[in-house]
Amino acid sequence: MSAPITAITMPKWGLTMTEGKVVQWLKQPGVSFAPGDELLEIETSKITNVVEADAAGTMMRIVAPEGTTLPIGALLAVIAAPETPAADIDAFVAQFVVAEPSDTATEDATPTAPREVQALGRMMRCLEMGSGDNVPVLLLHGFGGDLNTWMFNQPALCDGRRTLALELPGHGLSSKDVGAGDSVFFTDAIEAALGVLDVQRVHVVGHSMGGALAVSLAARRPERIVTLSLLAPAGLGTEISGNFIDAFVRASRRREAAEALQYLVHDPSLISRAMVEEFLRYKRLDGAGQALETVSRVWFPDGRQAVNLVAELRALTAPVQVIWGRDDRIIPAAQADAAPSTAQMHLLNGVGHLPHMEKAGEVNRLIRAMIG
Amino acid sequence: MPVKTIRQALQEALVHEMRRDPRVVVIGEDVSGGAGTEGGRDAAGGVLGVTKGLIKEFGESRVIDTPITESAIMGAAAGAAVTGLRPVAELMFSDFLGVCFDQIFNQAAKFRYMFGGKARTPLVIRTMIGAGRSAAAQHSQSPYHIFTSVPGLKVVVPSNAYDAKGLLIQAIRDDDPVVFCEHKLMYDLRTEVPDEAYTIPFGEANVVRDGDDVTVVALARMVHYTMEAAEKLAAEGIECEVIDPRTTSPLDEDTILESVERTGRLVVVDEATPRCSMATDIAALVADKAFASLKAPVRRVTAPHTPVPFAPSLEKLYIPDAERIAAAVREVHGYAR
Amino acid sequence: MQLSHESLIKAYRDMTTIRRFEERVQEEFSKGSIPGFVHLYAGQEASAVGVCSHLGPRDHIASTHRGHGHSIAKGCDVSGMMMELFAKQGGLCGGKGGSMHIADLDQGMLGANGIVGGGPPVVVGAALTAKTLNTGNVAVSFTGDGGSNQGTTFEAMNMAVVLQLPAIFVFENNGYGEYTGASYAVGSRDIAGRAAGFGLPAVKVNGDDFFEVHEAAREAVERARGGGGPGAIEVDTCRFYGHHSGDAQLYRGKDEVKRLRDDRDCLKHFRRRVTEAGLLDTAELDAVDDEVSGLIEQAVATARAAAPPDAAALLSDVYVSY
Repeated sequence: MSAPITAITMPKWGLTMTEGKVVQWLKQPGVSFAPGDELLEIETSKITNVVEADAAGTMMRIVAPEGTTLPIGALLAVIAAPETPAADIDAFVAQFVVAEPSDTATEDATPTAPREVQALGRMMRCLEMGSGDNVPVLLLHGFGGDLNTWMFNQPALCDGRRTLALELPGHGLSSKDVGAGDSVFFTDAIEAALGVLDVQRVHVVGHSMGGALAVSLAARRPERIVTLSLLAPAGLGTEISGNFIDAFVRASRRREAAEALQYLVHDPSLISRAMVEEFLRYKRLDGAGQALETVSRVWFPDGRQAVNLVAELRALTAPVQVIWGRDDRIIPAAQADAAPSTAQMHLLNGVGHLPHMEKAGEVNRLIRAMIG
Repeated sequence: MPVKTIRQALQEALVHEMRRDPRVVVIGEDVSGGAGTEGGRDAAGGVLGVTKGLIKEFGESRVIDTPITESAIMGAAAGAAVTGLRPVAELMFSDFLGVCFDQIFNQAAKFRYMFGGKARTPLVIRTMIGAGRSAAAQHSQSPYHIFTSVPGLKVVVPSNAYDAKGLLIQAIRDDDPVVFCEHKLMYDLRTEVPDEAYTIPFGEANVVRDGDDVTVVALARMVHYTMEAAEKLAAEGIECEVIDPRTTSPLDEDTILESVERTGRLVVVDEATPRCSMATDIAALVADKAFASLKAPVRRVTAPHTPVPFAPSLEKLYIPDAERIAAAVREVHGYAR
Repeated sequence: MQLSHESLIKAYRDMTTIRRFEERVQEEFSKGSIPGFVHLYAGQEASAVGVCSHLGPRDHIASTHRGHGHSIAKGCDVSGMMMELFAKQGGLCGGKGGSMHIADLDQGMLGANGIVGGGPPVVVGAALTAKTLNTGNVAVSFTGDGGSNQGTTFEAMNMAVVLQLPAIFVFENNGYGEYTGASYAVGSRDIAGRAAGFGLPAVKVNGDDFFEVHEAAREAVERARGGGGPGAIEVDTCRFYGHHSGDAQLYRGKDEVKRLRDDRDCLKHFRRRVTEAGLLDTAELDAVDDEVSGLIEQAVATARAAAPPDAAALLSDVYVSY
């Protein structure tokens, strides 16, 4: 039986993306590929990223030539078995209908708007995608991050389950009051939010400080945490780039912000002007700078990490995986060694501190493998 | 994120700051309106409604209706600022600077320097600029360059609602006198604006569009015409980098110069008259500091050196439009020695 | 109202300080020690001191190009003023303002003003601050007969009445706006009447008589402080020097200045009044004269010795934040 004919469509990355531009095709018609192979590069107003193959297949027809800008969901190319007759592909293209953006589409064409969770006397934004009976996934961003950090991942994780990207206090557009700013405060906030969101058992994916919070949450509620995926987590060692933290907290102008953000990634071209602008828009909010200062003082005083969760991590019984970029300039990947031997280790080449953005396809596969 | 008009964004900024700081007051002609009438207060809320309703929350001691008396408004705001209030004074139409310029130019702007650095004058002058309503010669000018030429004043010329809110809050929190220019045709323009208070630093341009072929610096309403032109030009294969300085004083020279160093070509779009204008100032800046990078003459797209005409047909010719901007960009782009 | 011994001594000391300051400035200006222009206040002392003796450092005044007297009466440091006139580093304005912009915000002195009629709207603002923040402070605008003709002054008076602000407009009518007579340039019969037309309680007082000024100012300041709104005082006074130091004064009558000095010297009047009434004796007054002379000499010596501003001062203090 030959493989079914499938479509590559314009992905939706982030809340505000409505269209994308095909920059370059990395697989030409007739070429076969394996899962994880890079198929094409797409540019949005905010970011340029590659689309990777989910499964093995053969590129049969490119519908959207390089340079064309198309709305999300638009047909870009057709994948099928090599022997598929051209007429069948013609028919597939002719009959292709752009899918409705989402079940929860609202009239302002933003398919998914974050909800505002009131918990612990604060408002936390939570972007929820997907539905179904599988155990939900909770996504916890890192220090200074927000729910957009998961733009390449969340859509890939919501098969048959709820995915919840929670925006921590002090971050994004959530309330800026971070209390003591320590792991107890944030873990309280996460727990309270999960209560409001009616989430019992959950897979947790945490990045950087969010990774530490995932461990802290699991240590507090081991019965509720099904698996843990930790991306460049904080809390496993003392070393951290104090220069980065300082620059990140201090930056108020475009140039400073761009320099700080480029430190996060292996390939600085990933940091577009729009991403810098987005970061500045957060930092300009009243209270944002103070929240970051408070948190950095508690977590990263004097250029080192003050929060250590190694003992908590080693005591966990839930399956754990640790994913780290070998070129992480913020928290060195060597700190992965502190994880228990039972944890799965994935060190990624050519990746900095943002593996979920820099190698989204690979990280998505690893997370999917973990959550089953 | 909620989408708001410039009018809403400005009002939100005022409300945020008036709640945050009891020293912030709004003062001007008809800022609530209706004083001494049968109809009563809040009859206007500013000519175009930016301060409508403020008096209900803040009362007439903080939303201060004045006579038509621009010198007294500007002078009182300057005097109040230097003695402890943070007034937001309304100079209804920027054209009226003629009757009160002394209080802005010789008083508010000079206090700090001539008093040896001891004065702080946290004053905001909100004022309308712009042609396009057939309001003719005395209600349609864009004299931000005149304010810009005065040391001691800061000058803000926002082009969208997000910037308008963040820049107005910055202006109110700033300890220097700030002239905040609002284009009268842009109050209903919408964009995403957070509900929270935020500030945008002065002297940081917004790069509205990235492009490698021609740098176009545009102000206020001209940013939108320039973007319209840039989209057309992109279809012809010319990529414009569009820079909105947001503040003309301080001016983000670095962003302009770095862009021109990359593109080698500059067009400046300014709704004001051309002589001694921002367009001329920016052209001079680039000639002075980026001459070696220039591959073509700098082109200025401005109003003519005339008063603003009344007849709609003439006014349309007066205001730079997307077609004129595109023509200038094409000319600069196609230039070869 | 009977003034205390201490108040009388202070009033005499302040008036004498102004007189001696102006005489020494005239001397130094003639020698070329002082750059720019100076406009001397000698002859008008009773006005500044009569009014300012009711004010504290939190009350504000705005002055004119003829501002030394108001500055001294409002408590500005004489040495700092002299250094400013000499364009020196330690001057009240760091040598960046000079005589025409001398100011000391800590003393509530919002500046001499190079623009005739520049001050009144600013005073309306200071009074607005007082009213809005409910501080109980008042603000006083000093202008001359020249400033009384400016539109800014009219606007300021009207707005002060409309908003019922604790602002007091003092018009020092010294008979001249620059080189033109007030009898020519002030179109109305008097300035007080014109102020009354704006709805201000207005009085006209003899500026040669400290006590008359003092009493009128007391009423106006008390009314304003108590929430009774603005007021105006026209002070009929005279200037012993020209419009500016070095003015040839071709517009003066023969012996006019001599007559003024003989008949209308507010300091002489003060001395006579207090000694005749037995309030102060000549020895006390002479002691003040000596003390003041020493103070002014010291101020001149200090100013002469002080360094000019650093070159960096050229570019600083345009803005609070850049």
